[in-house]
Amino acid sequence: MNKVVEKELLSENVVKLVVEAQAIARKQCPGQFVIVRTDEKGERIPLTIADADRERGTITLIIQRVGTSSCKITGLNPGDALADVSGPLGRPTHVEKLGTVLACGGGVGIAPLYPIARAFKQAGNRLIAVLGARNRELLILEKEMAAFADETIIMTDDGSYGRKGVITVGIEDVLKREPVHLAVAIGPAVMMKFTALLTKRYEVPTIASLNTIMVDGTGMCGACRVSVGGKTKFVCVDGPEFDAHQIDYDEMIQRLNTYKAEEKLSFDGYLKSLS
Amino acid sequence: MPVDPQDLHADRGQEWRNELRASLSAKERSALPRVRMPELDARERSAGFREVNTGLSEEMAVREAKRCLDCAAPTCISGCPVNINIPGFIKLIEKGDFLAAARKLKETNALPAVCGRVCPQEVQCEANCVYQKMKKPPVAIGYLERFASDCERLAGDVVVPAIENRSPVRVAAVGSGPASLTFAGQMAKWGYRVTVFEALHELAGVLSYGIPEFRLPKSIVRSEIAYLEALGVTFERNVIVGKTITIEDMREQGYQGFFIGSGAGLPKFMHVPGENAIGIYSSNEYLTRVNLMKAYQFPSYDTPIVRGKRVAVIGGGNTAMDSVRTAVRLGAEKAMIVYRRSEQEMPARIEEVHHAKEEGVEFLTLTNPIEYIADNEGRVQQMKVQKMGLGAADDSGRRRPVVIAGSDYLIDVDTVVVGVGTDPNPLIPRSIRGLEVSKWGTIVVDEATMQTAVPDIFAGGDIVRGGATVILAMGDGKKAAAAMRDYLLKKPAGG
Ligand SMILES: Cc1cc2nc3c(=O)[nH]c(=O)nc-3n(C[C@H](O)[C@H](O)[C@H](O)COP(=O)(O)OP(=O)(O)OC[C@H]3O[C@@H](n4cnc5c(N)ncnc54)[C@H](O)[C@@H]3O)c2cc1C
Ligand SMILES: Cc1cc2nc3c(=O)[nH]c(=O)nc-3n(C[C@H](O)[C@H](O)[C@H](O)COP(=O)(O)OP(=O)(O)OC[C@H]3O[C@@H](n4cnc5c(N)ncnc54)[C@H](O)[C@@H]3O)c2cc1C
Ligand code: SF4
Ligand code: FES
Repeated sequence: MNKVVEKELLSENVVKLVVEAQAIARKQCPGQFVIVRTDEKGERIPLTIADADRERGTITLIIQRVGTSSCKITGLNPGDALADVSGPLGRPTHVEKLGTVLACGGGVGIAPLYPIARAFKQAGNRLIAVLGARNRELLILEKEMAAFADETIIMTDDGSYGRKGVITVGIEDVLKREPVHLAVAIGPAVMMKFTALLTKRYEVPTIASLNTIMVDGTGMCGACRVSVGGKTKFVCVDGPEFDAHQIDYDEMIQRLNTYKAEEKLSFDGYLKSLS
Repeated sequence: MPVDPQDLHADRGQEWRNELRASLSAKERSALPRVRMPELDARERSAGFREVNTGLSEEMAVREAKRCLDCAAPTCISGCPVNINIPGFIKLIEKGDFLAAARKLKETNALPAVCGRVCPQEVQCEANCVYQKMKKPPVAIGYLERFASDCERLAGDVVVPAIENRSPVRVAAVGSGPASLTFAGQMAKWGYRVTVFEALHELAGVLSYGIPEFRLPKSIVRSEIAYLEALGVTFERNVIVGKTITIEDMREQGYQGFFIGSGAGLPKFMHVPGENAIGIYSSNEYLTRVNLMKAYQFPSYDTPIVRGKRVAVIGGGNTAMDSVRTAVRLGAEKAMIVYRRSEQEMPARIEEVHHAKEEGVEFLTLTNPIEYIADNEGRVQQMKVQKMGLGAADDSGRRRPVVIAGSDYLIDVDTVVVGVGTDPNPLIPRSIRGLEVSKWGTIVVDEATMQTAVPDIFAGGDIVRGGATVILAMGDGKKAAAAMRDYLLKKPAGG
């Protein structure tokens, strides 16, 4: 059992939880994730470790409500406990001093991007953040990012904040203007796909962090498999980060839809159980 | 582990054994027919996950026990990897002392209720039974093993041995499959402080996530764990050794010996085109969703699974049989085994193949998938297979399948389960410096002691053997415990 010690609403649908997990807090590195099960009947879902506090023995999770499991966990309050948290899983981000790093985050993808961007900044890179969201309400962690980024560019689909347009517009402006040595893209699969297409044209090496469906998170099942450079890889152990220019996004997007019908059934049941 | 013939002899020479043996002639005994295991009707059981074999009644068990001739030199024992005193426990059943029979089993086998259900007796103890020479069906050793241990559990009369000489020495087991459980039980009985670290949220390895409820009820696995807890073993779930904690960390915390029983959990795929289509699972994922995550109770449980109507399971081992029988229970109208060799070469237990057939599973043998075809949403729709012929024998002594040119055809499917085997998970071997690892990814050990190239680390079960069996994993755990005790006793204090 892992106790929730803090909770904060970051936007209408995004919740930050600080959770006790002593051993994980001690071991985690940027880019790694945990597998969480809220209760005895719950699914095992992957969530990025957005931050950690070794002294307190806690990790921070930032969760977007999209279905049953994410709503169950974000429904917990300080004092409540998660049935299981295991990790840290996945390979840590390879962080080094390269020059200029472009950190591109879409939606809740900004949460996993945050510790990675900070690590690149701490390694001595010039860091430009480009953050995208559908509207102002849904933008998260802007202040936290801006606190260390050399420049922060905000894009919203409806123009309610920052500039109007999709995230790739903001990314391209930077690519046109100055040399970039690495781009990191984290967000919805479609956003990563188009970011990768764009950075490829500018020949900027790019990594994407993938959010496939998972079960165990330890390489035991293959639920998380993706094609990278024509080879099957397991996101939980070979990733979650891969060369963004080699990923078969279309296959990944299809696989994310495996349980569309079941997810709806489950969510309807969940909503009914609340009322 | 060799049995001491003198102990066996003394056991057999007890007054009551002599009398019992004399009470019926060998001729009368061998004239009795072998008992049949009562089972749920195929139609009834296919609708759910209830255990198929329902177990012998007392009367049946005693009658079957009478068939055992109580041989002076029992050959069956040599077929058992842990050398259970087989006539010893069977004669206690004949005598009617079922609890004593269970205790006799536990002298050598820590998990008899599990082994009685999942051991391939037909190639072990029962294959070596003297009845084989008489061309008669062997004594149903496995059924009797199950019977005795079930009696003990159901009577609630499980005796936890008192532990003398508690030692302050701490040892750790990595993984909680049968290898580690046996190791842990043995070390705890010797007074060591044992902690078992398990990556998943549930204990017992394949016994929990792999072998389905209808073959091995989870309540049995849980009671075995409770027994170990009563012996003083500590279990830590959700701890991935090498990630959450390393062996180095544990050494710093004062652990002095380590047993790696991390299994062979890495699924193999065949790398044929289209294998990443939706609806294609590894058997590990399919069985884990159902057994560990209870997807068969979705949406009451949150984890979903594709409930296919036309399901093809690739492979011919226990994993494939468990998967296909699971598919039947999830409502498949057509459930198929697709296997590239012939039925004779199938490594699955005979009972499983037989049960699968009764449940309506079709067997497409000498058939191999070469491509999967998906619809425009990416869901698997068809599989292309080719027919195989049998060529010369390969290293395993089985005839090698060879492709018959031009024999491809298409089969409509909506779910495919790839059950062609597993490899050792590289996480552990990779995270421990100094371990010797084979080209198959297994950990290399000294066979007599199960000690690895790192002196305080021992290993056993599937991480050493590749996919093997429960009883072999248990044998390894026991051997490693004995060797680790020697190692710890010889070690200079504080060293
Ligand atoms: C390595 C990794 C790290 C992740 N980190 C975070 C994180 O820090 N914060 C966070 O909010 N989410 C994160 N995710 C995604 C998160 O695991 C899913 O959103 C969650 O499993 C959805 O469960 P659900 O029951 O709420 O929704 P479901 O009912 O399962 O799905 C609802 C909708 O979400 C989509 N969906 C389902 N699974 C995923 C998925 N894995 N990724 C994206 N969309 C999905 C479905 O297609 C569907 O449209 C991460 C995923 C991975 C693989
Ligand atoms: C579906 C299926 C059916 C089978 N049927 C039979 C049968 O009928 N009869 C038979 O005799 N055998 C059968 N087998 C084989 C048998 O189950 C295995 O040989 C046996 O379980 C191996 O035991 P083990 O202790 O080595 O490991 P496992 O049972 O594989 O357990 C290993 C455990 O270690 C954990 N682990 C792995 N890495 C780590 C880590 N880094 N940190 C912490 N924990 C870790 C895993 O999560 C797992 O729980 C079957 C196997 C399968 C998959
Ligand atoms: S443990 Fe297995 S091999 Fe040994 S007697 Fe029992 S059934 Fe036979
Ligand atoms: S989640 Fe099971 S192998 Fe990656």
